Amino acid sequence: MRINKLYLSLLVLALLAPLVLYPVFLMKVLCYGLFACAFNLVLGYGGLLSLGHAAFLGTGAYTTGYLATRVGLTPELAILAGTAAAAALGALFGKLSVKRGGIYFGMITLALAQLVFFFYLQAPFTGGEDGMQGIPRGELFGLLSLEDNLTLYYFVLAVFLLGFWVIHRTVHSPFGQVMKAIRENEARAMSLGYNTDDFKWLLFTLSAAVAGLAGSTKALVFQLASLNDAHWQMSGEVVLMTLLGGVGTILGPLAGAGVIVTIQNQLSGGELGNYIHMIMGAIFVICVLAFRSGIVGEIQKLAGRGFSRQGR
Amino acid sequence: MSADYVLQTSNLVKEFKGFTAVDGVDLNVERGSIHALIGPNGAGKTTIFNLLTKFLIPTRGTIHYNGRDITRVRPAAIARLGVVRSFQISAVFPQLSVLENVRVALQQKEGISFCFWRSERVLERLDARALELLDAVGLAEFARVRTVDLSYGRKRALEIATTLALDPELMLLDEPTQGMGHEDVDRVADLIKKVSRDRTILMVEHNLHVVSKLADRITVLQRGAVLTEGGYDEVSADPRVMEAYLGTSVDDGEPETSLKLEVPA
Ligand SMILES: Nc1ncnc2c1ncn2[C@@H]1O[C@H](COP(=O)(O)OP(=O)(O)O)[C@@H](O)[C@H]1O
Ligand SMILES: [Mg+2]
Repeated sequence: MRINKLYLSLLVLALLAPLVLYPVFLMKVLCYGLFACAFNLVLGYGGLLSLGHAAFLGTGAYTTGYLATRVGLTPELAILAGTAAAAALGALFGKLSVKRGGIYFGMITLALAQLVFFFYLQAPFTGGEDGMQGIPRGELFGLLSLEDNLTLYYFVLAVFLLGFWVIHRTVHSPFGQVMKAIRENEARAMSLGYNTDDFKWLLFTLSAAVAGLAGSTKALVFQLASLNDAHWQMSGEVVLMTLLGGVGTILGPLAGAGVIVTIQNQLSGGELGNYIHMIMGAIFVICVLAFRSGIVGEIQKLAGRGFSRQGR
Repeated sequence: MSADYVLQTSNLVKEFKGFTAVDGVDLNVERGSIHALIGPNGAGKTTIFNLLTKFLIPTRGTIHYNGRDITRVRPAAIARLGVVRSFQISAVFPQLSVLENVRVALQQKEGISFCFWRSERVLERLDARALELLDAVGLAEFARVRTVDLSYGRKRALEIATTLALDPELMLLDEPTQGMGHEDVDRVADLIKKVSRDRTILMVEHNLHVVSKLADRITVLQRGAVLTEGGYDEVSADPRVMEAYLGTSVDDGEPETSLKLEVPA
């Protein structure tokens, strides 16, 4: 029951947060947090280190941007379409990559994501280096304008909760049980009759879909879909966020995203802006060397296998 | 002919980069029997299990299960056809609870394993059956324990319970009593006898006391090839068998195995 209390207090915090903090900052945290949660699904629960997750974030963003701008879809439909496009791409990536273990899996996902990146660089509708600008936030269900930051914040929070719920449910489903078994001992899972590649494929596709959902939502928040979203650096950043927050913990990626986005915001305007990548690199090193289990992982250790034991 | 045999291999060969680990093995496992595969370390027993369960692809030869050629079937499919193995190195899911270990096997036949949108609570209907299986191996009281915290012997027992959860027609056990204390060995041997009633068992076993007690038929393997085959009395009387064992335990410089000590007069 402790876990429900924790979720409840976090929800209250999230509802009240825009009274204190700038809504656009909060929305950025939620979008990257969702992206990191999606990534964590394959790394933390599937044991697969994807190095190409930016492709799904970018695909969500560009698809939503295109449909909202050129076709005039309402935001919820544009997001739905962006999510579906990312899921389809994930299904394809997954087919080509999950059969390979370890470093090969990482390499294949990285290479495929680079192909996608160059596609977005060259394609006529993406605006090339400039990106797709001025994406309209539109009116939810054609009724409620999302132009106002506070209104949009609550919409983004709802989207985040939906994505988070999908991940939470996946982890705690019959499918999630099999995934945990595969992560623990793949050969044994196979000998019990599970076609482990099929399970990994589904996990990867679900992860891509949620990453796409994050990208689509982000495109509406910033009214921009750019090459950054699909760049390999973005694939690296999400690894960093997840490691920092705690791999395989359900809340860790959100915490990691919060920290990284905060640091980026604090540094980008100021004098230290030029050193941002170095500072990120240093955090990465410290985190890998000293805090293996990440922020949430360390807290859980302190709390003595406390609140999210089931979030393993 | 194949009606009598659950499993038949014909001229089974496995080469690793020029080294022949399994060399032309013809194995015929009779339905309903307990068939033991024995031989010194490195004789190729585990490799044969890997070939039978498709973790390795044979270089040559065929495998028939219930008269059907399964030489090219995939590992997961083999399990669903009714051939389930245990592993020589204890294979459990360490971070899952003991109950969950068995339940994840029971779940396989339920057809809900891809349901990512359903709550894992639907699995609770399998708890009773899982507890029954745990009880059969003496682990019922550990049901809620995290598996990593079990002793080695209990992990092996759990593995047998998990294998049994699939109710396999042919059960392959790779050294099920290895590393166990005397009491555990007897309990596992009794359990194997008990569960052999409605199925066929092919087991690799070093403890000849267990083999003499359980096995209807014994195949002795040496350097990848069948040395001899027969009932326990026949095989244990064969001088070549003792030679094979003594020969390698000297070569390997390994401590004396329970084998030599426990050969009955
Ligand atoms: N994957 C592999 N690659 C190369 N050699 C192997 C491999 N697996 C087993 N072997 C070799 O095959 C021989 C038989 O091994 P194994 O089947 O494990 O023997 P046993 O189970 O009878 O002790 C050994 O010499 C072992 O080193
Ligand atoms: Mg062996």
